[in-house]
Amino acid sequence: MAELNTGGGGGDGKKVRSKKSNPGVDLTAMVDLAFLLITFFMLTTTLSKPQSMPLAMPDKTKEPVENDTKIPEERMMTVLIGKDNKILWYLGQLKTPIIAPTETVFGKNGVRKDILKNTAYAKKHTTKEDEGLIVNIKASDAASYKNLVDILDEMAINKVQLYAIGDITKEETDLLKEKGLY
Amino acid sequence: MTAMCDVAFLLLSFFVMTATAKQPEPKPVDTPASTVIDKLPEEGVGTITVGDKQVFFTIPRNIRRSTLERVGTEKGLKFTEGEYKAFENTEGFGVPLNQIKGLLALKPAQRTEPGFQKGIPYDSINDQLTVWVKQAREANKAVYDAQLQEGKITAEEFGKKGDLAIAIKGDAKEDFITVKRVIDILQEQKKNKFFLITGLRNEDF
Repeated sequence: MAELNTGGGGGDGKKVRSKKSNPGVDLTAMVDLAFLLITFFMLTTTLSKPQSMPLAMPDKTKEPVENDTKIPEERMMTVLIGKDNKILWYLGQLKTPIIAPTETVFGKNGVRKDILKNTAYAKKHTTKEDEGLIVNIKASDAASYKNLVDILDEMAINKVQLYAIGDITKEETDLLKEKGLY
Repeated sequence: MTAMCDVAFLLLSFFVMTATAKQPEPKPVDTPASTVIDKLPEEGVGTITVGDKQVFFTIPRNIRRSTLERVGTEKGLKFTEGEYKAFENTEGFGVPLNQIKGLLALKPAQRTEPGFQKGIPYDSINDQLTVWVKQAREANKAVYDAQLQEGKITAEEFGKKGDLAIAIKGDAKEDFITVKRVIDILQEQKKNKFFLITGLRNEDF
């Protein structure tokens, strides 16, 4: 392929020719150039489009809400994010929790087990098939953005039925302080 | 040698064809990882970059000019044709409004020098991020409104594209309060749905 075709046409006058050595074209420079360009394009290209996580926040407008649905305590989990990637969660209301505030960490051996356990608990307290755990995420001022993405990721992994990001209350901040997580 | 040459050129053609040049960003950030693998829409997304407590805004190219026009009208700033052209070619920016003319007068390479742009003010006293986002959304709406009037797009498409999608690209180490402030700014103008740009999580999470 890369050799020049020097074979005789055949049928022209000179019948006997000494067989010439077939001269190959030196491709080294061309290949060098090609690889240089490949490298250039590989480095300047963004091959993968950035990934994204859709996030819908509850509407903040203070319009009077009619017939708002009450959430049963058994299905309401609140996750507080403190400093140093620590989590404090409780089930039910803060004053009268069904499961008292528990400290945990991120990851599959931490908060995921709790979420799964609480999902199972929530499923027991509902008759509808599509209803499960409702998680209220409240990050304190000591949390980082990574913590938020991690916990949202956890929601996606565990297929939590409903979750929202809420504002942390004074009592909850105090609770975090008490536990040394703020 | 022949085979190598063939492969090299095959790869070369592939990269040339799929290439979209990496745009220089005034603030490179390290996004947190997630397992969600939804892709960001390719166009029509305004990106708010958050890093080191600084905020930068990237407006989609097709509405950059009209956004600057609108912001200029609101804030009583006049821009020249050259400045509009320069703004259209600026990928992301992060300077207060009073410095925007100075920024546009610079060469593109100077603009994206790390640490040169200090971010758009977004505190409650001087909240320029709200202005930019609001005007970009209105500019986007005007574009698709016009297309809807002309019958180029259906009402359904307008519903999808009419409201400018906003993506937040935050640094993993960024404090939550900074991102929360940006989210609050978006929510104040009833923008309750947006994207968080993340990287791919590869380790066993």
